[in-house]
Amino acid sequence: MTLLPPRPEPGDKQLGLVIDLDTCVGCHACAVNCKEWNTGGHSAPLPDHNPYGSDPNGVWFNRIHTFEAGQGTDSRTVHFPRSCLHCEDAACVIVCPTGASYKREEDGIVLVNEDACIGCKLCSWACPYGAREYDDDAGVMKKCTLCIDRIYNKNLEEKDRVPACVSTCPASARHFGDLGDPDSEVSQLVAERSGRELMPELGYKPVNRYLPPRAAKKEQGPSGVGASLKPLADLAPDGDNKFLRWIDRVLSR
Amino acid sequence: MHPAYSVIFFTTASGAGYGLIFLMALFGAMNGVPTDPWFGAIGLSLGTLLVTGGLLSSTVHLGHPERAWRAYSQWKSSWLSREGVLATATYIPLVLTAWGWVFVGSLDGKYGFIAAVLSMMCLLTVHSTGMIYATLRTINAWHNKLTVPSYLCFALLSGSVWFHTLAQMFGYQSPEVALVVIVALFLTFYVKRKYWRSIDTQNGPVTVESATSLMDLGKVRLLDPPTMTENFVQREMGFSIARKHVQKLRRVCFFTYFLIPIILTGLTSNADSFISISGTLLAAVSVSVGVVVERWLFFAEAKHVSMLYYGAETA
Repeated sequence: MTLLPPRPEPGDKQLGLVIDLDTCVGCHACAVNCKEWNTGGHSAPLPDHNPYGSDPNGVWFNRIHTFEAGQGTDSRTVHFPRSCLHCEDAACVIVCPTGASYKREEDGIVLVNEDACIGCKLCSWACPYGAREYDDDAGVMKKCTLCIDRIYNKNLEEKDRVPACVSTCPASARHFGDLGDPDSEVSQLVAERSGRELMPELGYKPVNRYLPPRAAKKEQGPSGVGASLKPLADLAPDGDNKFLRWIDRVLSR
Repeated sequence: MHPAYSVIFFTTASGAGYGLIFLMALFGAMNGVPTDPWFGAIGLSLGTLLVTGGLLSSTVHLGHPERAWRAYSQWKSSWLSREGVLATATYIPLVLTAWGWVFVGSLDGKYGFIAAVLSMMCLLTVHSTGMIYATLRTINAWHNKLTVPSYLCFALLSGSVWFHTLAQMFGYQSPEVALVVIVALFLTFYVKRKYWRSIDTQNGPVTVESATSLMDLGKVRLLDPPTMTENFVQREMGFSIARKHVQKLRRVCFFTYFLIPIILTGLTSNADSFISISGTLLAAVSVSVGVVVERWLFFAEAKHVSMLYYGAETA
């Protein structure tokens, strides 16, 4: 049914991701592993048109954007992985005319029943995060399943029962867990690092959280290395060598 | 937003059809026009043709048109589903009204009541079409209190010019019929102008900073998109050709659905039958062109918040 399940009580299971924007290095490995797993998983296959041509095109559940934030010497590059946030008030579910789009009561995961989807694309218009992508081969909408075919998969070792993107991240920037449980590791992480919602103004109450980048170091650290490098041009050439400094003076005339 | 031709044709054609059926039923029930069987048959058939053609074309852009019947199921939450249910249910009073008008030859008593129900259901169906767009918080230009009134006005306007043309052809022209056209013209002009002013002056609440949660770091701008080529979301939500030509296209709208029809209606309404029929017919064609351009702009001008992740500065 496209009606949302009853509003979760405190402590109800709300599975989701916590993404650390401080440690993400923008390698796109999570996106690649997501594509690899899911093209053989619950929503398989994912279209992959012209993969080696000049205009490759296909469905990806996870995409990495790179932003620049701040001005001048305070500016920084932030890599920003974006996928379905499994909203509590999922607009994509409410607008669905057929009931194909639904949110699971037991764990909050938002899924598409591909056998009932008519491919009207209205859910993709309702999603503020651009998380849904249309499969024009199958004529149905597809989206992140939070790797529902991994996290409950008894054939996998317990340590592998996490979404593909989480298992592959080389920087441990992605965390998976129950954000409905205030004592879970992911909830603790969100509390400690002031994790944020995306677009809170729209009121869709996304479950996933983003951990903001830590403040940049401005002071010299204990290793003795300066927090920032001095501009090379200001340094005296070749340090204390009097001969070289004399040559520099002669040549600079 | 990408303007899909099937959706543009659907919303404009079905709008005109519901507008025409609404006025036929209303004037028929209130004895504003005679219950001449031929007039009823042609007017209601034209309305039905427009509505049905529109509904069928709306299934063209579906990935699985053969499953379209499933869209009747979620009327509790989805305006798209409600629109489907209402559009289908409207055929019942439509057929009964047509029966009363064409075969019984009278819209008094129970047929009058059914015609009144029919006119209400036409309004409700167009209202639910508008609500599909107006409830999308992701598209600020549509999440506007004038979106639904605009849809209703354009349905009334395009229905009224065809109603006027038919009334002229059958010689049932009356000051009331012309008045409906004039009121619809001014009302539509006013509502749409107000709508355009509103979307020109108000950006949505979401910024790139709140979309990325990086507001503490200062101004945020896209450095690298996820891929070098455009994906589904960019093609569907990132349409921007029209924005360069907005002012020109809005002028086209002003001329076609307001100025030209109002001059034609004003000049020819009381002329000889040939001139008045030609005038009202031209006015109806002009309005129809204008409504299509307006609907194309409605899509093409609208910006989706997800584009903030792809380099848009406002949404």
